Amino acid sequence: MDRFEKRAMALALSLVLMFFGLVVYAAKGLQADLPTCLPNARLFDRGRLVEIGPNRYQVDAVAFMWGFDMGTLNQIKLPRGAVVDFYVTSRDVVHGYHIDKTLVNLKAVPGAVTYSRVKFDRAGEYQIICHEYCGLGHQNMAGKVIVE
Amino acid sequence: MQVKGATRFILLSQLIIPFILLILGVLLGLYQVLARAGIIRSADIFGINYYQGLTLHGVINAIVFTTFFAVAFGNAIMMHQLKRPLKVGVQWVSWLLMVGGTLMAAWAMLTGRATVLYTFYLPMVAHWTFYVGATLLLIGSLVPYFFDWIPNTLAWRRENPKAKLPLAVLGNLVNFTLWFLIILPLAVTVLFQMLPMSLGLSSEVNPLLSRTLFWFFGHALVYFWLLPSYIMLYTMLPKLAGGKLYSDPAARLAFLLFLLFSIPVGLHHQYTEGGLSSGWKLWQAFLTFMVALPSFITAFTVAASLEHGARQNGGQGLFGWWGKLPYWSKEGDRWLFAYFISGLILFLFGGITGIINASYSLNLIVHNTAWIVGHFHTTVGGLVALSFLGMTLYLVAQLRGVEIKAKPFALAAPYLWMLGFVIFEIALSITGLQGAPRRSNIGISYLDPTNELLYRPDWLFWSHVGALGGTLAVVGFLSYLVSFVGTLFAKPVRASQIDFPIAEAVHDAPTPLVVNLRPWVTATLALIAVSYTYPVYESMTRGIITKSPGYQSIENNLVPQQTLREQTKLP
Repeated sequence: MDRFEKRAMALALSLVLMFFGLVVYAAKGLQADLPTCLPNARLFDRGRLVEIGPNRYQVDAVAFMWGFDMGTLNQIKLPRGAVVDFYVTSRDVVHGYHIDKTLVNLKAVPGAVTYSRVKFDRAGEYQIICHEYCGLGHQNMAGKVIVE
Repeated sequence: MQVKGATRFILLSQLIIPFILLILGVLLGLYQVLARAGIIRSADIFGINYYQGLTLHGVINAIVFTTFFAVAFGNAIMMHQLKRPLKVGVQWVSWLLMVGGTLMAAWAMLTGRATVLYTFYLPMVAHWTFYVGATLLLIGSLVPYFFDWIPNTLAWRRENPKAKLPLAVLGNLVNFTLWFLIILPLAVTVLFQMLPMSLGLSSEVNPLLSRTLFWFFGHALVYFWLLPSYIMLYTMLPKLAGGKLYSDPAARLAFLLFLLFSIPVGLHHQYTEGGLSSGWKLWQAFLTFMVALPSFITAFTVAASLEHGARQNGGQGLFGWWGKLPYWSKEGDRWLFAYFISGLILFLFGGITGIINASYSLNLIVHNTAWIVGHFHTTVGGLVALSFLGMTLYLVAQLRGVEIKAKPFALAAPYLWMLGFVIFEIALSITGLQGAPRRSNIGISYLDPTNELLYRPDWLFWSHVGALGGTLAVVGFLSYLVSFVGTLFAKPVRASQIDFPIAEAVHDAPTPLVVNLRPWVTATLALIAVSYTYPVYESMTRGIITKSPGYQSIENNLVPQQTLREQTKLP
């Protein structure tokens, strides 16, 4: 192999490793980690919203054709600055659970629980969008987080 | 080399049958992009439901067209490079399985019995003909590999013990070895999870396990699409550009790195789900970055080969040589260059967005948004589709013994397509970042001003730009169609043949590392075992079967199988 080729390969490898280094930093250093396996998480089939501490909340969300049960149907209200743990599962087929303008982007798989934590710093309405095909009503499957 | 009789018929039909379906697939794509902008506000078009059409668009364009083409192209490459005929019996078996399977699956999809999208995630359940049809298509695609290509390669090796395996043959064998390996996990979920649900033999299933097995197959699938394109870029593009392949060992290394790294990366499609440890997701993210390596090598080798060709054509200067490439040449086979260069430009976008998608936490911003749709229309809808379309036209002309008809239309097609998809990609990236979901008929919900709950006027502008891009790409396809139909019905002027413009290499030193395949295959299997044993086990921690009942696709609806059982419509 000629020297240009060797240099190109070395450059490509360093670039790839640098990207990966940044990815690890973002995930572990900045703590923007992905949902992990929760083997002991209780499977639930009812949604709920619980205050678990001062401005700390837990939402159990059950996706179904075509809505989200979070204790209330499709809509929850939270105070500004709330730190919320979202646990999401599905009652029927696979659904999506993407809270607009946040990093809460989860896949609701029946028989499994996925998890994400977010802090709502700004007041406003956040759409919850189902982004996985789940039947003919899929395009209308949405909810809302109201932060006031 | 001359091609006659059954072999000629089989090769031609392997190109034409999926192409006829592709016309439907492309038109449905047009409907989808218009529906997603709210330009057409309907749940269906000409009796085809939006999601039924989306299933057809995905299955036809990304599975049927690509698989048929890969087999036809593989057949042609092996014949031409090894100078050995194909076994007609083997080819007929393959043909019958593939065509039969496609017809079965097409029936299920067209009658609304398989409106489950091309990822068919459990516990959505399609009619059994969909699963059996898909299985037959895939088994049929492996028949030539096992019974024609491997025996022919071994026979060639006995006659040429010292010679290097032709590069295109290596690429093709790597591709189908990959294909065989990834069909195994898919077969497990289709045959042991999906089919029993569909036949009513089991009433509950573990969807997470199925998803893990599906993506075990699903991401390497994209390299199965891509490698035939890479074979063309390495072996044909340099010659069309007027020069030689810059480096033969680098090309071989790229193919072998694809074999090694392209399979154990499927978890990057499952970043957002629970039930799988984030540590293993991070490991597969790392491997996904490693699979970018052969594409970086390809970018260098292809650019260096283009520069070599352009300098042979009289190109000067640091960048001046860019002007000396045959962008619009009607001379001989050089029209194919337009398809490759357009595909490469699109692939630049695809490569960059792909690295973003793989980037672990960054994926949370784009996962399942329109961004992803933009991404894969520049990869499988870009380089792959354009090189496959170009080569389909090339092979049809060769096999029919005709010249390309309406060449200006054939030349304009890839540029229109490329321009369309660049616009489409930018527009969908932006709507994706704004939160617009993929695979959703948003024209009748989020983009409907009368829908007070969901209306998102901020998505409107870029959705319309996306529609413009998609429409332009379809105009490109129609331009292609003019040339294709003309070529298909032109009067033959010479004998039916197969010949490829194969380039020599500038650097061609023997490199031991890339000659012996066995250590590469062993390393591939070991890496798969290391990377997938635990995630598969983890997917079963709540049992091989979990309490998740099925939802049967009937008239495009998903009906609980429980209800069907009560109505005794299911055994």
